[in-house]
Amino acid sequence: MTGNEAIAEGAIQAGCTFYAGYPITPQNELTAYMANHMQKSGGVFIQAEAELAAINMVFGAAAAGARAMTSSSSPGISLKQEGISYIAGAELPAVIANVMRGGPGLGNIAPAQSDYFQATRSGGHGDYHCLVLAPASVQESYDLTCLAFTLADKYRSPAIILSDGLLGQMMEPLLVRKEGKIELPAKPWALTGCTGRQANVVKSFYLKEGDLEKLNLKLQKKYKEIQQKEQRWEEFFLTDAKVALVAYGTMARIARSAVKVLREKGKKVGLLRPLTLWPFPKKAFTMPKKKYLVIEMSYGQMLEDVQLALCGKAGVEFLGRSGGGIPSEQEIIVKVNKIYHGKNI
Amino acid sequence: MEKIYSHPRSLRDLSTHYCPGCGHGLAHRLIAEVVDELGIRERVIAIAPVGCAVIAYDYWDFDCSEAAHGRALAVATGIKRVRPQNIVFTYQGDGDLAAIGTTETIHAANRGENVTVFFINNAVYGMTGGQMAPTTLLNQKTSTTPEGRNAQFQGYPLKISEMLALLPGVKYVERVALDSPQDIIKAKKAIKKALVNQMEGVGFSLVEMLSPCPTYWGLSPKASLDWIKNTMVKEFPLGVIK
Repeated sequence: MTGNEAIAEGAIQAGCTFYAGYPITPQNELTAYMANHMQKSGGVFIQAEAELAAINMVFGAAAAGARAMTSSSSPGISLKQEGISYIAGAELPAVIANVMRGGPGLGNIAPAQSDYFQATRSGGHGDYHCLVLAPASVQESYDLTCLAFTLADKYRSPAIILSDGLLGQMMEPLLVRKEGKIELPAKPWALTGCTGRQANVVKSFYLKEGDLEKLNLKLQKKYKEIQQKEQRWEEFFLTDAKVALVAYGTMARIARSAVKVLREKGKKVGLLRPLTLWPFPKKAFTMPKKKYLVIEMSYGQMLEDVQLALCGKAGVEFLGRSGGGIPSEQEIIVKVNKIYHGKNI
Repeated sequence: MEKIYSHPRSLRDLSTHYCPGCGHGLAHRLIAEVVDELGIRERVIAIAPVGCAVIAYDYWDFDCSEAAHGRALAVATGIKRVRPQNIVFTYQGDGDLAAIGTTETIHAANRGENVTVFFINNAVYGMTGGQMAPTTLLNQKTSTTPEGRNAQFQGYPLKISEMLALLPGVKYVERVALDSPQDIIKAKKAIKKALVNQMEGVGFSLVEMLSPCPTYWGLSPKASLDWIKNTMVKEFPLGVIK
C-alpha cells in the first residue's frame, strides 16, 4: 500500500464517514482510495468543485457531528486556509492531509517540506494552531491518521497530517488494525436538529465587545494544554550522541540511514525525530551539551523551532534543500563529519 | 376563540438589528412561519450567510451554522450528506450566492443536492456599505458605482436564478418579491414549496426574494417597495422560473 492510501485507510478505520477532495498531484491516490472505499464502508465521498468547497464541506460535515476529512497538496492546502481558520474558530474537529510538494507558487510535484511554517504557525488568518502530525512511513501514515482523528475530537481542533510526495507515493507493508466499531465521543454541540434540546449554533463570529477575546483566551488555554500533553517524538541513538540530527518525515528516514553509517564508523551520532510538529516537542531538547544538526527538505523552517527550543544553549547547524532536491545520505555524512571534528565538540 | 395569528415558535422574540424598511426581518419571519407550519423546527439545520443576515442564528430558534462568505452551499452539502434526515437550507444574499460563492452555488445545484436555498436579492452589498452587487441594476448608484452601474465597465445584472434553472439537477426555482401583501403571500407559498420539495426528496430548490434595502438605495421604506414593483421586477421578473 502507498502512504497516500494508508492515510485514507487509517481515516476509514478511525471512523471517518465524510471525505471531500479535489484532484492534485502527488496526493491523488488518497482521493481515489476514498472514492473506492468510503461508500462501501457507509460513508460519503464527494469530489468537490474546488479546494475551498472541499474544506467547507468538511466544515459542514464536522459541524453535523461526523468525523470528516479532506486532503490535498501544497497549492491546494493554501486554498483551504480560509476553511481551516473557520474550523479552528468554530472549534470543529477535522483532519486535513497535506502531501507536500515543491513551492512557492505552482512549484513542482517533487516532494518537499516547505509548508512547515504554514502548517505550524496557523496558515490562515487569526490566532490559532492546528495539531500537526508528521509520519515517516506507510505504517505511520496510517497510525498517525487514526491518532489525528482522536486528537481532533478530543480538542475540537483541526489536525493536519503533514506528509510529502515521496512518502505518499512509496509502497510498504501495512498492518491494519481491525478494532471493530469505533466509539465516537459525544458531541452535544453538533448540529443534529434541536429535538429535545435548545438550538445549537456553530460559529466563529463574535461581534459583542469582549466575546471574541473570550473565545481567543479559551483557544489559548486549549493550545497550552495541547503543548503540555501532546508533544511526541522518537529518539534513535540519542543518549550518548555528540551530534544530534533533527529531522521529520521523509527527511528523517534518510537521516536515520546516515546515523547507521556513522555509528558503524564509531561516530556518536543520533537522531531526534519529531512526530508532532505542533506542538513542537520542545521537551526532547534537554541535552544542551550536544551539537544539533537540523535537516529539512526546506530552507530552515523547523530550524526556528529547534533554536527556540534550545534557546541558545547548544549550537545548531542546518542542512536543507528544496524545490526538487533532497539532502542525500552522503551530504548528511559530510556535514556531520565537519561538525563532529569541529572545535565545539 | 381560535387563534389564527401568533409569534412563530421558530423565531425568537427579539428586536432585530436590521434597518427600518429592510426585507430581512420579513424573510426570516416567513421562513420561521413555514418551518412551524411544516412541523420541522427540530429537524432544521440552517446556514446563515456572511452579510447583513450574518446573525440570523440569533433570531431563528433552531440549529444553525455559519459559513464563510460564499461557502454556504458547500457547508450545506457537508451537513445534508451526513444527515440526510434533517432539513437543510441556506439563506444567502446576492454577493454571497452570486459573486464570491458562484462556484459553490453552481456546483451544489449541478450535483442536485437535496437542499433548499433562500436567496435574498437586494441589488447591493448591505453589510459593507452599499457596494455594487452582481445583481445591481444598470445605472443604479452604489458606493462603488458612484455614477451608476455602467455595462461597459461593470457588466450586467447577473440573473443567476435563470442560469441555475438550466441545470438538470435543479428542480424548482421561483422569484418572488417582498414588496406588497399579495407578493408576500406568494413568497410564503414559494418558501413552503421549496422546503416540502426537500422533505419529499425532490431535490435542489431555490427561492429568490427581491428584498428592499432603503438605506443603500437612498430611498424611504415606502419608495423602496415602489422601486421593487416599478423598476427591479423589470430586470428580475417574478414567477416560477423552473
